[in-house]
Amino acid sequence: MHPAQPVATASTVFLRRPGVQRVFYPLLVALVLLGLWQGLVVALDFPPYLVPSPLRVTQALVGDAALLFGALLTTMKITLLAFACATLLGTLIAFAFVQSRLVAIALFPYAVLLQVTPIVAIAPLIIVWVKNPTASLVICATLVALFPIIANTTLGLRSVNPGLLAYFRLNRATPMQTLLRLRIPSALPYFLGGLRISSGLALIGAVVAEFVAGTGGTGSGLAYQILQAGYRLDIPRLFASLLLIGAAGVMLFAVMTALSRWLLGGWHESELSTAP
Amino acid sequence: MTDHTALAVEARDVEKTYPNGMRALRGVDLQVQEGEFVALLGPSGCGKTTLLKMVAGLLQPSSGRIFVRRKAVGQIDARCHRLSFVFQEATLMPWASVAANVRLPLDLGRIPRAEADARVHEALKQVGLDTFAGALPRELSGGMQMRVSIARALVTRPTLLLLDEPFGALDEITRNRLDADLLDLWRQNHLTVLFVTHSIHEAVYLSTRVVTMAARPGRIVEQITIDEPYPRDASFRVSTAFSGYAGRLQDSLLRASGADATQA
Repeated sequence: MHPAQPVATASTVFLRRPGVQRVFYPLLVALVLLGLWQGLVVALDFPPYLVPSPLRVTQALVGDAALLFGALLTTMKITLLAFACATLLGTLIAFAFVQSRLVAIALFPYAVLLQVTPIVAIAPLIIVWVKNPTASLVICATLVALFPIIANTTLGLRSVNPGLLAYFRLNRATPMQTLLRLRIPSALPYFLGGLRISSGLALIGAVVAEFVAGTGGTGSGLAYQILQAGYRLDIPRLFASLLLIGAAGVMLFAVMTALSRWLLGGWHESELSTAP
Repeated sequence: MTDHTALAVEARDVEKTYPNGMRALRGVDLQVQEGEFVALLGPSGCGKTTLLKMVAGLLQPSSGRIFVRRKAVGQIDARCHRLSFVFQEATLMPWASVAANVRLPLDLGRIPRAEADARVHEALKQVGLDTFAGALPRELSGGMQMRVSIARALVTRPTLLLLDEPFGALDEITRNRLDADLLDLWRQNHLTVLFVTHSIHEAVYLSTRVVTMAARPGRIVEQITIDEPYPRDASFRVSTAFSGYAGRLQDSLLRASGADATQA
């Protein structure tokens, strides 16, 4: 018997676990890329104001921690407020659309209009109109995050098994019973899909709105830090801010995925496979 | 002559034309007595499902009238007529447990929880699934899901059971077993059953009477009484009497489709 064999087998078994794989392989990619990046920057001797090495970015992140994490907190506050507003508003609008065909026909084009209008084009207007800076930023981010929730929830509330709907009618279910026991559970997978898209969009909306507000000289979020760092050619800090925005986005996505798994695990097709 | 008060279902000159002009049914007259097990047998497009849905009140006839227990089927009201409907597919809520699925009609009827739970247990026991109360539908086989659907139909203690090709998607062995169990339930619960199928053998095995139907337009061709005693077991399926009835039904269906072909 080869002495190293049992150890190798144990680590192979460990690596085969899907939970471990989901963490291990992305981390491996990150390590390889960071190593390449660090190696190239050192080998080609790039100045840090053009391309900072990962080490310099980390130094900036640690050195400016108070400033950057404060900015992250501001951006996250805007993001979460906008996400909550978009969820509430989007769900209410979707219910209105499903309750009345006329409302849906009359208002849906405007929902699409809202979606296709670039937020950078209307953000200055909103920032001028709304005095409170937090409120104006939340409004901008909400507008960006709203549409997927309206569209997905509407689709979900309409995607009811026709056989079950007939069964409910046959048993004289009241509209409220049909809503609570049939339409809402049927819509849940679609609604959660909408939430997952919207959480990321709320963050993008918050950052874009901060950019527009920041060029006007106000703001304290991460976008403002990126603008300031850009003006001062403090590229490591710019990268550190970028890293925090990315991390916040990934975290939001992970929370939404966990929520979806918790609510749908066991019964819905999307959560039955081990695929990500 | 049967006693007129024991009429469970009656269709009088029923026609159904769909909005697109398709004539699903023409001149249908049908009487089902209390306690009968009647199969509606015919090819697809003969309107057998349409007729069943009209008895349930899920569809309205274009003309003619349908009575359940001598009351006109006006609006949908399964509770008041004490009828239950079993669909072609199990039609279960995928997010709810087996017990919650079976309890659904009682919940919709606002039956108190304790009583509802007792009745759910009883219904699940009748279909042999009492140990699966906590399972989710996707964890069950197709045949077991169909049993859940039947338990959900029985839990309201119906006197009239309408089944729309309930075992059509199942393999033959499972289907035969469910057919036998359905006959037991029919006898134990003193039900009247109206059963839609396109299987000649299933119709002969189950029914007291088979109504053959033809398509274009959907209509009743013939009514054949299966004069064989119950309980019917597996040996009935291979008896000469069985193949005699199967042959008669096949002739009836072929003659009707032959007439259809000359018309076309």
